[in-house]
Amino acid sequence: MAEVSLRKVVKRYDEVEAVRGIDLDIADHEFVVLVGPSGCGKSTTLRMIAGLEDITDGDITIGGDVVNDVPPKDRDIAMVFQNYALYPHMTVAENMSFGLRLKHYPKAEIKTRVTEAARMLDITDLIDRKPKQLSGGQRQRVAMGRAIVRNPKVFLFDEPLSNLDAKLRVQMRIEIKKVHQKVRTTTVYVTHDQVEAMTLADRVVVMNKGRIEQIGTPNELYHNPATRFVAGFIGSPAMNFLPCRLEEAAGKLNLRLTDRLVFPVPSAKAARYQNVPRNERLLLGLRPEHLTEADGHAVPGIETFDTVLDVTEPMGMETLVYFTLEGTYVCGRVNPSAGARDGAPLRLAVDLNNMHLLNEGTGAVL
Amino acid sequence: MSSIAIDKAGPTRNVKYGSMSRDRLWAMRWSYFFLTIFAIFSLVPPIYMVITSLKSSAEISAATNPWWVFHPTLSNYIELLTSNQFLRFFWNSALVAIIVVTITMLISVPAAFALSRMKFWGSATLAAGVFLTYLIPDTLLFLPLFKMFAVFGDWTGIQLINRWYVLIFLYPTLTVPFCTWIMIGYFASIPKELDEAAIIDGASWLQTLTRIFIPVALPGLIAATIFAFTVSWAQFLYPLVFTTSTDQLVMPVGIITTLIKGDVFNWGQIMTGALLGAAPPLMIYAFLMDYYIAGLTAGATKG
Repeated sequence: MAEVSLRKVVKRYDEVEAVRGIDLDIADHEFVVLVGPSGCGKSTTLRMIAGLEDITDGDITIGGDVVNDVPPKDRDIAMVFQNYALYPHMTVAENMSFGLRLKHYPKAEIKTRVTEAARMLDITDLIDRKPKQLSGGQRQRVAMGRAIVRNPKVFLFDEPLSNLDAKLRVQMRIEIKKVHQKVRTTTVYVTHDQVEAMTLADRVVVMNKGRIEQIGTPNELYHNPATRFVAGFIGSPAMNFLPCRLEEAAGKLNLRLTDRLVFPVPSAKAARYQNVPRNERLLLGLRPEHLTEADGHAVPGIETFDTVLDVTEPMGMETLVYFTLEGTYVCGRVNPSAGARDGAPLRLAVDLNNMHLLNEGTGAVL
Repeated sequence: MSSIAIDKAGPTRNVKYGSMSRDRLWAMRWSYFFLTIFAIFSLVPPIYMVITSLKSSAEISAATNPWWVFHPTLSNYIELLTSNQFLRFFWNSALVAIIVVTITMLISVPAAFALSRMKFWGSATLAAGVFLTYLIPDTLLFLPLFKMFAVFGDWTGIQLINRWYVLIFLYPTLTVPFCTWIMIGYFASIPKELDEAAIIDGASWLQTLTRIFIPVALPGLIAATIFAFTVSWAQFLYPLVFTTSTDQLVMPVGIITTLIKGDVFNWGQIMTGALLGAAPPLMIYAFLMDYYIAGLTAGATKG
């Protein structure tokens, strides 16, 4: 068990800077997920923590010790790979015990640990099989078992669920969470799937182009994104971004979306935007669930407008509706009983109490 | 009308399927045709060898149908297998082959591992260089090599020329580059994560090689072994040049030099010797064929 710290860590491959000086503190027992699009540096960061990549600059500490030049085997970490990386010529039990056997643990101890891990992962029956006789989900369990028996300071997961089908992925996600609740080992988990990040993490680290965009709990990231990238990356369907301007009329702030569409900024939000320059090009960030069918009740901060739908996607529990507003494609989520149909007009309600205002140039959330 | 249209659709579809299977049928006929020609072409010499080896010298020189044995005899086999000379050739060949295979594997497996996995300065150039050395034919090498061993003998007084064990130094120049190349290809097909997992599990490079790479690449290893064995067993030029005394000869050269006396060819025994000489590789191929094919194709098909 240990905390992990990254101080101004840089990774440069010849000309390309894959990781551009990141700082990150991971507490003992914490489950941290690094998430971002491919090429954002998340896997490189993980591999630097593992010691599989040298760091170009900065410091990495595990349990308080600087490990920059410590080889992987002496870092006391265990890693689970996307393609499982099981040793094909060894049985499940041999795969799981390989690390312990290399360190010459007593046979009885190895057996106890393997049995214990196998029971935790529900693979006791498979212990004598070879990897090729296992399904994808079973292989991933074995890979996790191999990490657990080592009882390391840190677990590292490199997109462990990406090779599984959608249903199994959900199931294994829950398994991983359960395992972490039991063993409480500090975990760094890399994924490009924001749903995985949200569901698993104590804290999520959103990375983009080799930098950390934002660190926070899943709810913080969802409700208070710091940048346009985080706002757009977290949440599915993604947040809508509508070009707009702030106007002031009779001491009140108004949000002008189009020539005809002007909404008053709710008083709760008005104070926050008081210092935003007027008539600057801004973006209104609005999650689809804050764009629903109008129900006729007047609620402060909720404004209505009429539109014609382009496409509707019935999801069962909700219907996603798409329409165009001044050339911008917008997504909303309405009740299946709201009567949304392709090409039909619909009166929609905008919940401005949950609006975000972004600087169009810098992408910063104001 | 509509029913007729449906009826018409049926046969049209059948014809389409029919033509497809007819294509396959023709492909099969052609492949059998060429395979048969190839089989005849490659099997005629060994069959002729078997037939000749069962004949007496008199019957070989008699003007009868050469494709039939009228008076089969095992005298050629008995004479060869009881001659100390022939057994000596066989023993020399076996000893050279086994030692060369061992040396080759001890050099080329670690070399291939290093070249395919440890990225060091110049490793790519070195890997290409290994292959290039294989492209130099032995006909080009034997003179300088002979000179080298002669000079070595003059300097140190250790005479290697005309000793059967000189071949142990010579054959690896042929086997090591090719076996290293096969093993590089095979090791390259092992996913990178496998050695990373081993390294994180605490394995050293040597442990990664012996406990992960060699077991996983076993088919490739066997293919390389068979190749090294075949080369050392069948090599003709080097033993012809480097060994001359009868007790130092290996089989291919031994058969030629002792059974052809001037312009007298002892055909029956030559054929018998060649057949007996072909037996060990044949048996090894038969046992390890599946591995051999898997080893040769693995690099090509695995991602």
